[in-house]
Amino acid sequence: MSKFMLILYERPADFASVTPEEMQRIIEEYNAWGRGLAERGKLGPSMKLKDEGGKHIAGKGAAVVRDGPYAEASEVIGGFYTIEARNYDDAISIAGECPHLKYAGRIEVREVDF
Amino acid sequence: MSVPALVDHLFRHEAGRMTATLARILGPGHIEMIEDVVQEALLAALGRWPRDGVPANPTAWLVQVAKHRALDVLRRERLAEERETWIRAAIEAWGDRDTHGVLDDPMILDDQLRMIFICSHPAIPADARVTLTLKLAGGFGVSEIARAFLAEEPAIHQRLVRAKRRIREEGLTFEMPAGPELGERLESVLEVLYAMFTEGHTAHAGDALLRRDVCEEALRLGSLLLRHHDLARPAVHALMALFHLHAARFDTRVGSEGDLVLLAEQDRSCWDREHIAAGVRHLERSATGDELTRYHREAELAACHTLAPTWADTNWSRIVELYDELLKGTQSPVVALNRAVAVAEVAGPSEGLRVLEALAGQSILSRYMPYEAAMGDMLRRLDRHEEARVHFSRALERAGSLPVRRFLERRVRECSAAASQRPVESRGIRPSRA
Repeated sequence: MSKFMLILYERPADFASVTPEEMQRIIEEYNAWGRGLAERGKLGPSMKLKDEGGKHIAGKGAAVVRDGPYAEASEVIGGFYTIEARNYDDAISIAGECPHLKYAGRIEVREVDF
Repeated sequence: MSVPALVDHLFRHEAGRMTATLARILGPGHIEMIEDVVQEALLAALGRWPRDGVPANPTAWLVQVAKHRALDVLRRERLAEERETWIRAAIEAWGDRDTHGVLDDPMILDDQLRMIFICSHPAIPADARVTLTLKLAGGFGVSEIARAFLAEEPAIHQRLVRAKRRIREEGLTFEMPAGPELGERLESVLEVLYAMFTEGHTAHAGDALLRRDVCEEALRLGSLLLRHHDLARPAVHALMALFHLHAARFDTRVGSEGDLVLLAEQDRSCWDREHIAAGVRHLERSATGDELTRYHREAELAACHTLAPTWADTNWSRIVELYDELLKGTQSPVVALNRAVAVAEVAGPSEGLRVLEALAGQSILSRYMPYEAAMGDMLRRLDRHEEARVHFSRALERAGSLPVRRFLERRVRECSAAASQRPVESRGIRPSRA
C-alpha cells in the first residue's frame, strides 16, 4: 500500500447559487464516497483550505509576499484528501469515483514519497 | 470522517430557521443581506463537511458560522452605537440557550412563526405569498420553486424581488399580530398554506418530487402553527386534516408507467395509514369550537373519499351536501364542477350532465380542462361516444402535463372506437373520473 494525495482544484463561484437542498445532497454524496474508503481503512487526513486570505511567497533573501489566490479566481486548490492505494491505477480509480469531479472540477493525484 | 447521515431536508429547514432568527435581529428590511449570510454559512458546510465529516451537532455548527458572518456584516454596516450594541448582543445570544436542541427553543419557533406571518402579510402581492413563504420560511431555492411549478426562474426571481421590496417599503415589522388582528392575519396565513399545498398537489405539471416537497412544507409549516397556544385553532386543525387526508393518496395517483390513476381506480390498500390517522385526529380536534370554515368542509370531503372502502361505497350524498355548503360561501365554478361529478354518482350521469350543462356559461370553465373532461365522461357513460370524444379532445388541447395528456388521449381513442362500432348497448366499461 502506498499513500496518495488527491489535490482538489475547484471553482468557488460555481456554488454561489446552489440551493440548500442541493448542498445537502452534494455533501451526502461526498460523505458516501469518503465513508466507503474509511470503512476499508483507506482514508487518511483530509482538509479544506480557506477560500480567502491566502499568500504567495517567492524570492531568495527578502522574500516577496503577495495575496492570493482569491476566491474569485477561476480555479483554486480547495483542499485535499489522502488515501491508501496499491498503485497509481488504484488511486486513479478511487479518485475517479469522487463526486468532486462531478461538481467542482479536477483532481490531481500524487503519490506521497517517503 | 463521521458516519451519521443528515436529517432529511436539514439544510432547507435550517436555512428557514436561520433566516427567521436573523430577520428578528437585523430586521426584515435587510432580508437580502440576511439571505447572503445564511447562504455563506451553508456554503461553509459544503466546503468543510465533505472533508472533515459531519459535525456532531450540524445545527449548532451552522448557527456558529452564521453568527460570525452576521457579526462581520455588522462591522461593515455603520449603525448608531446603541443599536449596534443591541444587535451584537442579540447575535451573540443566538443559539446559546439550547445549542443541542435549537429545534425546541421557543424563541426560534416564534421567529419562524413571525416569518410565516410576514410572508403572507396583506401588503405582499397575493401572487407572491406562496413563493415568498417557500423561499424565506421553507429554504427552497429559486430553481426549485421554478421546477415545482413549471415556471421560469427569472419570473420567480422577479416575484421575490418585488415581494422583498414591499417588505422594505412598507416597513413591515417582525412582530406577531395580537388581539383581533391575529385572527385576520391567521386567515391570510392559512390561505397561503392552502394555496401552497393545492398547487403542489393538484398541478400535474412540474417536477413530481419537488411538488411533493412543497406539500410536505405546507404540512410542516401548519404543524409549527399548532405548536403555538394562540394559533392552535379549529381552522388550523381542519386545514391540517385536509392536508393529511390528501397526502395519504400521494403514492397511488400515478401508476408505474407514470400514468394518471383516477381515484376510482386507485389501490386503496396503498393509501398511507399514518397520514389517514393524523387526518382523522386533526378532523376531531377541528370540531372542538363553534367555528366552521371552508377547510372544515373540504377536510370532511377528503375524509369521505379517504375513509370509504371503495369508490362505489363512498357517501356521495354527503359529498353533494358538503359541496352545496361550500357553494354558499364561495360561488366557485370549480366547486360547482366537482359537485356535478358527485351528483352523477348519486343520481346518475344524465343528472350530472344536466348540472354540468347548466354551468356551461361560466367564463372560467370555458377554458378549464377538468370541465371538458367531466363533460366527456358523463357523455361517455351515457353512450354518446361521438360527443364525448369532442369534449375529451377539447380537454386534451388544454392539458399541460404528460400523465393527463396520455390519459385523455386514451379516452379519445376509446370513444372513437366505440362511436365507430355504434353498439346497441354498452357494457363492461366502468365509469370512472378524476
